[in-house]
Amino acid sequence: MKKILSVISLLLLSSQVHAALNVFACEPEWAALTQQLAGDRASIYTVTGALQDPHRVEARPSLIAKARRAQLLVCTGAELETAWLPVVLRESGNGAIQPGSAGYFEAAQSVRMLEVPTRLDRADGDVHAAGNPHIQIDPRNFLPVADALSKRLIQLDPANTEHYRQQYAAFDRQWRAALAKWEHQAAPLRGMPIIVQHRGFPYLNNWLGLKQVAELEPKPGMEPSAAYLGQVLGQLQQHPAKLVIRAAYQDGRPSEWIAERAHIPAVTLPFTVGGTPQSGDLFALFDDTVQRLLAGLK
Amino acid sequence: MFNKSCLSVAIAALLSHAPNASAASDADLQAIREQIQQLKQSYEQRIAQLEQRLQAAESTGKQTEVSPAQTRSAEAAPSSVSAGGDNAFNPAIALILAGTYGSVRQDPAIAATGFAMNPNMGHEQGFNLGESELGISASIDADYRGIATLALDPAGGVGVENAFVQTSALGNGLNLKFGRYFSGLGYLNEHHAHAWDFIDQPLVYAALWENQLAEDGLQVKWLAPTDTFIELGAELGRGRGFPGSDRVKNGAGSGVLFAHAGDDIGIEHSWRVGASLHRTRAADRVSDAVPDLPGTIGGVSNSFSGDSQTTGLDFVWKYAPNGNIGNRYVKVQGEYFRRKESGLLTYDTALANVTDSFSVTQNGWYLQSVYQFMPHWRTGLRYDQLAPGVASVGALNAANVIADYGFQPTRTSLMLDYSPSEFSRLRLQLARDNSRQGLPDNQLFVQYIMSLGAHAAHNY
Repeated sequence: MKKILSVISLLLLSSQVHAALNVFACEPEWAALTQQLAGDRASIYTVTGALQDPHRVEARPSLIAKARRAQLLVCTGAELETAWLPVVLRESGNGAIQPGSAGYFEAAQSVRMLEVPTRLDRADGDVHAAGNPHIQIDPRNFLPVADALSKRLIQLDPANTEHYRQQYAAFDRQWRAALAKWEHQAAPLRGMPIIVQHRGFPYLNNWLGLKQVAELEPKPGMEPSAAYLGQVLGQLQQHPAKLVIRAAYQDGRPSEWIAERAHIPAVTLPFTVGGTPQSGDLFALFDDTVQRLLAGLK
Repeated sequence: MFNKSCLSVAIAALLSHAPNASAASDADLQAIREQIQQLKQSYEQRIAQLEQRLQAAESTGKQTEVSPAQTRSAEAAPSSVSAGGDNAFNPAIALILAGTYGSVRQDPAIAATGFAMNPNMGHEQGFNLGESELGISASIDADYRGIATLALDPAGGVGVENAFVQTSALGNGLNLKFGRYFSGLGYLNEHHAHAWDFIDQPLVYAALWENQLAEDGLQVKWLAPTDTFIELGAELGRGRGFPGSDRVKNGAGSGVLFAHAGDDIGIEHSWRVGASLHRTRAADRVSDAVPDLPGTIGGVSNSFSGDSQTTGLDFVWKYAPNGNIGNRYVKVQGEYFRRKESGLLTYDTALANVTDSFSVTQNGWYLQSVYQFMPHWRTGLRYDQLAPGVASVGALNAANVIADYGFQPTRTSLMLDYSPSEFSRLRLQLARDNSRQGLPDNQLFVQYIMSLGAHAAHNY
């Protein structure tokens, strides 16, 4: 009996020593950022894979179980997760990560939103009242998000304040250097006319100065019909594009259809960490994005 | 732009003076507010005019990637106020519009063989509005969330489908619900009609639960702090719906226990299994048009009082390539329920009125699969089976009540649906219904389900 007790108390003690912050990250990019900022002080569960449409995830039992024990939830917000996150939070029975609490972190709150609709009507397709939620494809957005997230980590785990400060400072320095590199590399892309499959790239366009001339979805979230694609093809006569781009999680057929007929390359962008074999971490995500766009231009 | 900064300077100046004017009367403050409002309006009008002129001045053929909406948003403050999902509307209001067209060959009023003392949900023939559903939900305060779902009957009248309060911050994996809610037993029971994969519920739900068990009562659920999803739940209710019967009595009329477990296997597979136990007591539960041994035309009315105990098992498994449910997925689910009822049966309440003991064990199950073969298109197949069981009937009623029907009702349904968007769905369903002995039926249904307003997230 005594032995058992001592084993149990040892186990309890050791678990306290290694108690890492339990993080529930909705998308791979926020998992990667949290990893950068927290290092080994966080144990991170990533909800969506890079090949999943983050709008369309189910409130699976596993997610509810993970949310139950989470101390910090890191998500995009701006209604990106609205189809599943509310159920997960409600069913989790975890008061620490409910909206409004310190354990609930929305990245979109720290950045300047684009495409905030001036009218809200479902006839316009899958629009988000708070603006376009795909903020992770402009690397500049990671600077304010990292700042806010680092502060949140410190708030939740003040014992490791110094560690988080150091991690943040290192990330901020490296990221600014990488930004300069990417912008230099991507200079030839400025003003390049492109077609996008889903309205998911305004932040990328804004960053690199790409000129979006057409979308393959007639309305955001709506699958294009053959007739509509034909119409887009017609428009390309007047406004030719250099590339058609899509996110790795999307069905490739519409962009390949256009690419074949308009004789332009179809470029698949990772869209998030792990979307392509080359985009294994946050830095690689943008290395790969820029390289793929440049390769398409050639 | 210059105008806008002028405006902001002006407003800032006004605001900064506001504290000094703290002694000012409310009327003064009101006047200042009105002035600011007027200023804002006039400046906004002028800005809009200037923007229009600017646009007109720009070359017309040029397609710029920066739309006016983007310009405006680009100027928006970086930290916009989060309007998190449902709370963007306070309360969130959702209206479901649904309707069906039905074509059946046999009279839908005839119950499944051996289940005349159970509810018969039947089907509507021809064009039928179906139930429109109005849902209202919002956080009540930091601790509670409230939900009401009203069913609008096409014939008039409003039914309260759900009206409950749910805790949101109990912590420790605890969730408490009270009011009228769909019981947590089984898998399909908690799903609202607009989320069903077929236009109707499986036969076992129709016959044993009157489609769905909605309880007035209290539900407590506890989620274990484990990596695998393990949830335990208990309910105490009034027992108002079938198999219970509304009663005037203190204390609880029904009780439910359920357990769920679930997890993922890799990123492509997920599953959930469950077991449930339901107990209630029926008091003078009257059934009409029940066939009897003497062969009374049109059947007789019987009344049952006694205990009812139901056990159930359920599972669901889902698969999506790369875990991306937007493109393709497969869902397979099945449920089994077994109900034992024992008590007193009064045969032919209108005339003979003979009461003696009665007990029977009924069971039923279904197995179904839904396959999304391309975005927006799904097809599904379902097989239903019921077993009426062999009743033990007291001696007084041995010549009256049919104890053994010697028939197993079955049904096979095939559906195809198309969802142009997340908010609309059109469905075609064909069924071969062998649930009534000697009356096989081929059925055809067309259905639309449209959702307006706030679109609540769906359960797994």
